[in-house]
Amino acid sequence: MNPRLAKALINGLLLGAAAVALFPLLWMLAVSFMPPGTSNALPPPLWPAHPVLGNYRQLFEQAGMARYLLNSLVTSAGIALVSLMFNLMAGYAFAKLSFAGRERLFRALLGLLVVPAQVAMLPLFLMFKYAGLVDTYVGVMLPGMASVLGIFLVRQYARGLPDELLEAARIDGAGELHIFVRIILPLLRPVVATLAILTFLTAWNDFMWPLIELTGQGHYTLPLGLASLAREHTEGTEQMMAGSVLTVLPVLVLFLSMQRHYLDGLLMGSVKG
Amino acid sequence: MTGSRAAWLFLAPALLVLAVFFLLPVLGALALSFTDYDLYALADLHNLRFVALGNYWMLLHRPQFWAALGHTFYFVVAGVPLSLAASVGAALLLHSPMARCKAFFRTALFAPVVTTAVATAVVWRYLFNTKYGWANHLLGMLGIHPVDWLGDPHWAMPTIILFAVWKNFGYNMIILLAGLQAIPGELYEAARIDGASAWRQFRHITLPMLGPTLLMVSILTVSGYFQLFAEPYVMTDGGPLESTTSVLYLMYEDGFQWWNLGVATAEAFVLFLVMFAATAAMLRLSRSGQTGDEA
Repeated sequence: MNPRLAKALINGLLLGAAAVALFPLLWMLAVSFMPPGTSNALPPPLWPAHPVLGNYRQLFEQAGMARYLLNSLVTSAGIALVSLMFNLMAGYAFAKLSFAGRERLFRALLGLLVVPAQVAMLPLFLMFKYAGLVDTYVGVMLPGMASVLGIFLVRQYARGLPDELLEAARIDGAGELHIFVRIILPLLRPVVATLAILTFLTAWNDFMWPLIELTGQGHYTLPLGLASLAREHTEGTEQMMAGSVLTVLPVLVLFLSMQRHYLDGLLMGSVKG
Repeated sequence: MTGSRAAWLFLAPALLVLAVFFLLPVLGALALSFTDYDLYALADLHNLRFVALGNYWMLLHRPQFWAALGHTFYFVVAGVPLSLAASVGAALLLHSPMARCKAFFRTALFAPVVTTAVATAVVWRYLFNTKYGWANHLLGMLGIHPVDWLGDPHWAMPTIILFAVWKNFGYNMIILLAGLQAIPGELYEAARIDGASAWRQFRHITLPMLGPTLLMVSILTVSGYFQLFAEPYVMTDGGPLESTTSVLYLMYEDGFQWWNLGVATAEAFVLFLVMFAATAAMLRLSRSGQTGDEA
């Protein structure tokens, strides 16, 4: 094929694919600023002729969106922080500390990845019901406070750290906790960033467990609030789009600002083999 | 040994979380699936009875369950190849030395992956609205009659599949792109000197070298697609005529609308077994394919 034609074809296809990928997101943003009722017209408008913020105001003042936003922030940040701490400790232990049955235990953990999370959800709900944890922040967060994939990522990364560092510190009489906090954690910084953003985004976008666990609107996260509005069919298109923007924008901005860390984690997690 | 004691202290919090909030409930689910746990048992545990394989037996004779399994298979069998084709295509385009603005395109194509499924499913519901949606508007410009995308039992699942492809193809694209970049350039160099066409280079170098990555990505995607839930929950409520009711959707309804937790856990376990069998079959197929090539 003529190289100039090939070049035009390849870039044309990329442009088309990018348009398909971005159109729903841009349309959502545009409609969220249209006055109520104006997006249902033919031909469907692409741009708000008279942009308004009323849809957002309505969501905050009447649909309890501020509460959902807060709930999402609290639970996602909580899960990210705690699981980060637990996964870092466990991943480091699997990589650098010796104990009987280390490899067998690690392989058993990887075996857990075969079981889909939904299998555990019904008994978990019952456990939490008897423990009085249904419809609480803690109940949403507890199952996410450690993850096999997170432990795996930390282990992969920590295995590359030189053993001499640890030995030198031990000879100097440093305690294990001191070594972990003062020497290991600073070296693990790249994987900390990766893991933090991965867990936060996963927790933010999570749907099924919060749907089961959170029975009252007071604790709803953004996806739950949005889904219940969508199933009630009471809000107009423009308000639903504003709600979608509020749900998607935080994670999209976080991803764009930390893209490299996110993609690194995605690639590391995929070389399980 | 203090070293090993320290190790266990470091492991304890994570292992405790995984044991109590995952392993234990999974074992509990197995036990629960052998009981008739329902609303009465929820009120008073004395009403709980052991029914052995009764729930599984009942599922085998329940058309609604077979239908849900069928819809889930439809989603997997049509959705996974389409998603992978889109991922491979996008990765090849991005990998081409002739592509411009690669960083921008990569980010743009990946953006749907990080978005919240519930929110973008809501957006798609309006884009595929019969009267005012863009999908029908574009078809109309081509002279095609409007389609009742989410209201017609024949079109609802294809629409959900389209959404899933749009939402997910970027994830595998990134992994496949890394796989493409790892193929040594000398291979293509040698092929070019031998006069191999672009298609033959793709068929005899790219595809075989990408094989292990493709297999892994397929297995992960199949497992993910078997877990269809949020999309029908938001876009169709499992309808129309239950045409988008997946196994997990049925499990959610049985468990939390009708409180038949015994039946619902049995459904979860059947899905798990199906996923496990599918993964094993794919591994097996790929292995026999490899030995076949060598022979």
